[in-house]
Amino acid sequence: MTSIINVSNLSKTYEGGFQALKSVNLEIKDGEIFALLGPNGAGKTTLISIICGLVNASEGSVTVGGFDIIRDYRQTRALIGLVPQELTTEAFETVRQNVSFTRGLFGKPKNPDLIEKILRDLSLWDKKDERIMNLSGGMKRRLLIAKALSHEPQILFLDEPTAGVDVELRKDMWNVVRDLQTSGVTIILTTHYIEEAEEMADRVGIITGGEIVLVEGKEALMNKLGSKQLTLDLLTPLEKIPESLIAHDLRLDNGGTNLVYTYDSKSDRTGITSLLNDLSANGVKFTDLKTNQSSLEDIFVDLVKQSS
Amino acid sequence: MNLRAIKAIYLFEMSRTMRTLAQSLISPVVSTILYFVVFGSAIGSRIQEIDGVGYGTFIVPGLIMLTVLTQSMSNASFGIYFPRFIGTIYEVLSAPISHLEVIVGYVGAAATKSTILGLIILITAGFFVDLQIAHPFYMFLFLILTSVTFSLFGFIIGIWADNFEKLQIIPLLVITPLTFLGGSFYSVSMLPPFWQTVTLFNPILYLVSGFRWSFFENADVSVGVSLSMIALFLMICVLIVWWIFKTGYRLKD
Repeated sequence: MTSIINVSNLSKTYEGGFQALKSVNLEIKDGEIFALLGPNGAGKTTLISIICGLVNASEGSVTVGGFDIIRDYRQTRALIGLVPQELTTEAFETVRQNVSFTRGLFGKPKNPDLIEKILRDLSLWDKKDERIMNLSGGMKRRLLIAKALSHEPQILFLDEPTAGVDVELRKDMWNVVRDLQTSGVTIILTTHYIEEAEEMADRVGIITGGEIVLVEGKEALMNKLGSKQLTLDLLTPLEKIPESLIAHDLRLDNGGTNLVYTYDSKSDRTGITSLLNDLSANGVKFTDLKTNQSSLEDIFVDLVKQSS
Repeated sequence: MNLRAIKAIYLFEMSRTMRTLAQSLISPVVSTILYFVVFGSAIGSRIQEIDGVGYGTFIVPGLIMLTVLTQSMSNASFGIYFPRFIGTIYEVLSAPISHLEVIVGYVGAAATKSTILGLIILITAGFFVDLQIAHPFYMFLFLILTSVTFSLFGFIIGIWADNFEKLQIIPLLVITPLTFLGGSFYSVSMLPPFWQTVTLFNPILYLVSGFRWSFFENADVSVGVSLSMIALFLMICVLIVWWIFKTGYRLKD
């Protein structure tokens, strides 16, 4: 796949001295759904804001569809639809007026049929003549998505789209996102819900403290997810793993009182039986055992901890 | 040139004006009527003619300028400040639209509104005094130039302001006094010589003087000087706005 967005050495230091981005490099592929994960204040919104033209970068460059975001801003911005994190809407305009306004702002000719389709897809058609201030929070979220889609963007940024959104809307939204991907739209979403990334994304990037610490295909991450740990509470602590047990993927934890075995739960042979046999043959006794699975959440938390 | 974007912003702003039509039009018209009643009739009847023009008639150009100036500024400053305040400015910033196009949309709409207001006050004044406009073309030129210049100035205030108080402070503290002291209600020649000199530093003087000339063919300063001063002030505003967009001041940080 060819890349549609290229971020190189992008840094941003705000006026107060806060460094939101530290030399970020990122490539987004054409047609993919990319999930950008990170805790609050990690730099997700700053990164998106720079690509969309809301914030000036301090250093580095970004190209969108091969165009530079500063020099060729007309081309790059025409390609991008942005759904902001905050529910920033007008108050007195009606839904349909406001969506058409966005289309005009992006230089596209009027297209009432398209606007109708977008509003229907987002279950907003009934509210088309309603003033925005009378809409519920969820409806406003839908409106922001409708506005972003009104000018038929090739790339859609969804900044925390499901924050404070009910289950039904979340489902609706994912359907819209899937349809968009089918029609060739590249989607970049930021979230701190890991399930969301697991559910939707082709690739996942993790950002923390203004740095991208990991970019990986979801499959690769899921494989990491497949690994499980068997933890044995030992009767008598060990100082080191006995020679005869080296062949197993073992490590000592908790001052030698725990023995941790990592294995692939998806493979046919997990090696647990042979490990237990070898343990009893070596006279290693244990009082309890438990298994646990490393989730994307664990990987995420580990990475965030490591880099902070 | 993204003409559709200019149109979208312009119509958005005009529909905001239309929604608040009553308050936009009624209050300037009512206050103008009050000026006529108080200055024109009550006080004016005791004031002799100025430069051969009855006092009630003499103050018409100044009154129009007063309204056009304040309305241009408050309209344009609010027009850009409000989206910044509620956050919807993100849309304009992320759209494929140049700085010039943004300004034409916002400032154009504000200037249109204040030009219309100026004309309405002119018509209102026609009910109270006998008005003759010697140079209609120049009258329109001054009206439009002033509307555009001060809408641009309002746009700058709207970007500079980071709270509602700041939005009010320049119109209230600077422009209103300058308008009153700029010969709106008197001829500068009526002042003592020292204050006549001081008044020459007041930019509003040139607007009112030029505008009044287009009605009665008499002016405190020559028309050419008036037009040059407006052009100068317009240029200064354009430069400031250009700098704002270039640096992203208060918009992109």
